[in-house]
Amino acid sequence: MARIVLDDLAHSYRPHPAGPDDYALKRIDTVWEDGGAYALLGPSGCGKTTLLNIISGLLIPSQGRVLYDETDVTRLPPEKRNIAQVFQFPVLYDTMTVRENLSFPLRNRGVSPSDTATRVMEVAQALDLVAVLDAKASGLSADAKQKISLGRGLVRSDVAAILFDEPLTVIDPHLKWQLRRKLKEIHDRFKLTLIYVTHDQVEAMTFADQVVVMYDGEIVQIGTPQDLFENPEHTFVGYFIGSPGMNLLPVTMDGEAALTGSSRIPLTPALAGKARAAAAAGAKLELGIRPMYLGLEDAGVDYGVAARINLVEDQGDCRIVTVSMGDVTVKARVPEGRAIPSQEARAVFPPEWTRIFADGRLLK
Amino acid sequence: MKVNGRQIVLLLYLGFLLLPIYWLVNMSFQTTEEILGTFSLVPEKFTLANYRMIFTDSSWYMGYINSIKYVLLNTVISLSVALPAAYAFSRFRFLGDKHMFFWLLTNRMSPPAVFLLPFFNFYQTVGLFDTHIAVALAHCLFNVPLAVWILEGFMSGIPREIDETAFIDGYSFPRFFFTIFIPLVKAGIGVTAFFCFMFSWVELLLARTLTTVNAKPIAATMTRTISAAGMDWGGLAAAGVLTMIPGAIVIWFVRNYMAKGFALGRV
Amino acid sequence: MEKWDDNKAWFLVLPVFLVVAFSAIIPLMTVVNYSVQDIMAPGQGIFVGPEWYREVLHDPRLHEAFLRQLIYSFTVLAIEIPLGIAVALTLPSKGWKVSACLVLLALPLLIPWNVVGTIWVVFSRPDIGLAGVTINELLGIPYNYTADPMDSWLTVVIMDIWHWTPLVVLLCYAGLQAIPEAYYQAAKIDGASRWAVFRFIQLPKMRGVLMIAVLLRFMDSFMIYTEPFVLTGGGPGNSTTFLSQFLTKMAIGQFDLGPAAAFSLIYFLVILLLSYIFYTVITNLGKGVAK
Repeated sequence: MARIVLDDLAHSYRPHPAGPDDYALKRIDTVWEDGGAYALLGPSGCGKTTLLNIISGLLIPSQGRVLYDETDVTRLPPEKRNIAQVFQFPVLYDTMTVRENLSFPLRNRGVSPSDTATRVMEVAQALDLVAVLDAKASGLSADAKQKISLGRGLVRSDVAAILFDEPLTVIDPHLKWQLRRKLKEIHDRFKLTLIYVTHDQVEAMTFADQVVVMYDGEIVQIGTPQDLFENPEHTFVGYFIGSPGMNLLPVTMDGEAALTGSSRIPLTPALAGKARAAAAAGAKLELGIRPMYLGLEDAGVDYGVAARINLVEDQGDCRIVTVSMGDVTVKARVPEGRAIPSQEARAVFPPEWTRIFADGRLLK
Repeated sequence: MKVNGRQIVLLLYLGFLLLPIYWLVNMSFQTTEEILGTFSLVPEKFTLANYRMIFTDSSWYMGYINSIKYVLLNTVISLSVALPAAYAFSRFRFLGDKHMFFWLLTNRMSPPAVFLLPFFNFYQTVGLFDTHIAVALAHCLFNVPLAVWILEGFMSGIPREIDETAFIDGYSFPRFFFTIFIPLVKAGIGVTAFFCFMFSWVELLLARTLTTVNAKPIAATMTRTISAAGMDWGGLAAAGVLTMIPGAIVIWFVRNYMAKGFALGRV
Repeated sequence: MEKWDDNKAWFLVLPVFLVVAFSAIIPLMTVVNYSVQDIMAPGQGIFVGPEWYREVLHDPRLHEAFLRQLIYSFTVLAIEIPLGIAVALTLPSKGWKVSACLVLLALPLLIPWNVVGTIWVVFSRPDIGLAGVTINELLGIPYNYTADPMDSWLTVVIMDIWHWTPLVVLLCYAGLQAIPEAYYQAAKIDGASRWAVFRFIQLPKMRGVLMIAVLLRFMDSFMIYTEPFVLTGGGPGNSTTFLSQFLTKMAIGQFDLGPAAAFSLIYFLVILLLSYIFYTVITNLGKGVAK
């Protein structure tokens, strides 16, 4: 068990990287606490698998250090680090039985047969694999196979962290939540550090205590699912998290309000002050608001911004309303049972939920 | 560059592989007198006469043309009948499928020596004797089973959901097969084509038995010089060197399919 | 993966059936026909029943040739398969070197079989061949493949290894390249030794290609004819007379069509039986109880 420190990491797949564009990982400097459940979330190609492989030791970073507790493991091969990894598709030793698969990492480390047997049984019980212990691993279903891959990591009593690389990709949808719940259970029981790579925000949000969002080779935010939702520190997080994502409008400042086209959106005085300062420094400003906080009122009210309803999509428990304000479009999420104005309306931006981003970064 | 144990093994093996070939190339640039007279590691009197002889004598170069003709014919026939059959074996269960598959394989196992005489009689009776198509058809005996076998392996690796989706989308079977499926197995087709080409190109017994003049293959032309008075070793070596070239071109085209790998069958 | 049940699939198999039947069934009928007749002249034969079979089966020369053939086939298989796997493991996995190695490896496979024989005739000659001269002069071992039966046998075996190991290498290499990187990563993390990686990942994943390699090599080595015919002509004595040569001598040399045909069928059945055994053994090797 260990706390994992990534100290000023960067990685390029090219031998002589010229500019920042040659780096798959630009600069990572962060700490993963012992026993935490982390999700590493980001679109394909953002560098999350690269980061995972650096943590597991399959890849040596071009620069920076990886520390497990106080030990520098940057140059240690995977088998010398105390980690386990579960891959996108089940990786099993086809010719072995489930029991042999589970014992394999212990046998390689010279653990005594009796200890191995006890440990394998313990893990098989935790993973509900006891019934199939003596079956050939190759004949089992995909979810059972993924459990075996996980089990090969769990049997080692010295494991510091288990890394998951999109482990539910090949699992049937109705089994996904079962397996995810199993993971939570395992996490509570074995108190391991879990790092879970995914591009699916629902998976990340339901699995992890802390979600790490990556974008273009950088970590843009680490936080609880709620944090990411309410206070996205980067426009990318706002846009990537939530369905639909955050509304983002390019704005300029005019006194205490933000201007988009001809619409004036009032801000809190404190935020307006910071936004004016950022604009004076030459930053590009964007206003962000979550669809669920965007209010829609009848055209008659004397606050808000003039808007026109374009489209209403029913999603069961809510409706997604597409609204145009001048030449920009925003989305609002209206709960079931709430009336929606028919055509002309006023869009209301509650100041406490309205965020301003300067060059993509949240103003705080 | 660091040289490790694996590279040494590989280099030793390649040395073993290339020495006899080097000896052949070495001979092809020598006169027959030099070959038989002295032991020389490199040609002392370097000559291109052997190659000139092959390219100017029609009985020699026609051998190459004949061989290439029936080998290509055989490759095309083998692939075009094996593709639908391999698809059937990889996708369907039907009456007698396993027996049919094994029966096909048994043909790969019948020694050509067994069939020489009956083939000779048979092709004379049907009037195909000494034609390219006769050799191409005879070579189907061992190439078609192999082609079905390899292609079936490749096709089993392609999920059937693809077929199902296409049929739901309203594709007819031929349209699905030609526009979707064949592009998916093109690696398999390339590899199969290489094997068909290779086995047909190197076979001598059947090809020689079924031809006399018009379709006589290069390999048979070469046996002729052996029986002629005094062996023309130089000419033979040059002809031998030239036989490696067509196949080398074929493998060059399919090398990437090989390098990408294939498992053949449900692993 | 469950297959669809549909007898209409026969229409897809029909072309293969017709093409192969054209080349196989009619000539095979002729062979069966010959094997039960005594043929005096073309078109004139007397039905003799199983007599030729009895005669052939009791021929001690056939027994010798059969034994020689078995030893030969198992020797080349026992060398070529492990050697082919070993070489495949040493090949680079990417870059221009792959292309170079693949083309070089394919060269021996692309030489017509009689030329293969011819190459080794010259290559091994004690007076002008590179191998012959090297062994005799440099190593000081007396070697003459045309006179000494052991030298002759060894030369044929080495020629076969030279000729056919590349086929095993190419197939195994393709099988190895198809293994996803994640397997090697998982093995590293599990602390598997190099041997364990080979035994539990590479070998099982090569099962499909190895099956083809073993069966092809078995069938072809069991039917070998042209190369030893050119190299040694079956001699000295009968030391390199394998089944096919024995058969051809009988059919063409002595024109004993009846016995030759009976022998052909027995020969064919033996290959069939042995191939079937290989096929079953490899298919069941390491296959799961639950399929």
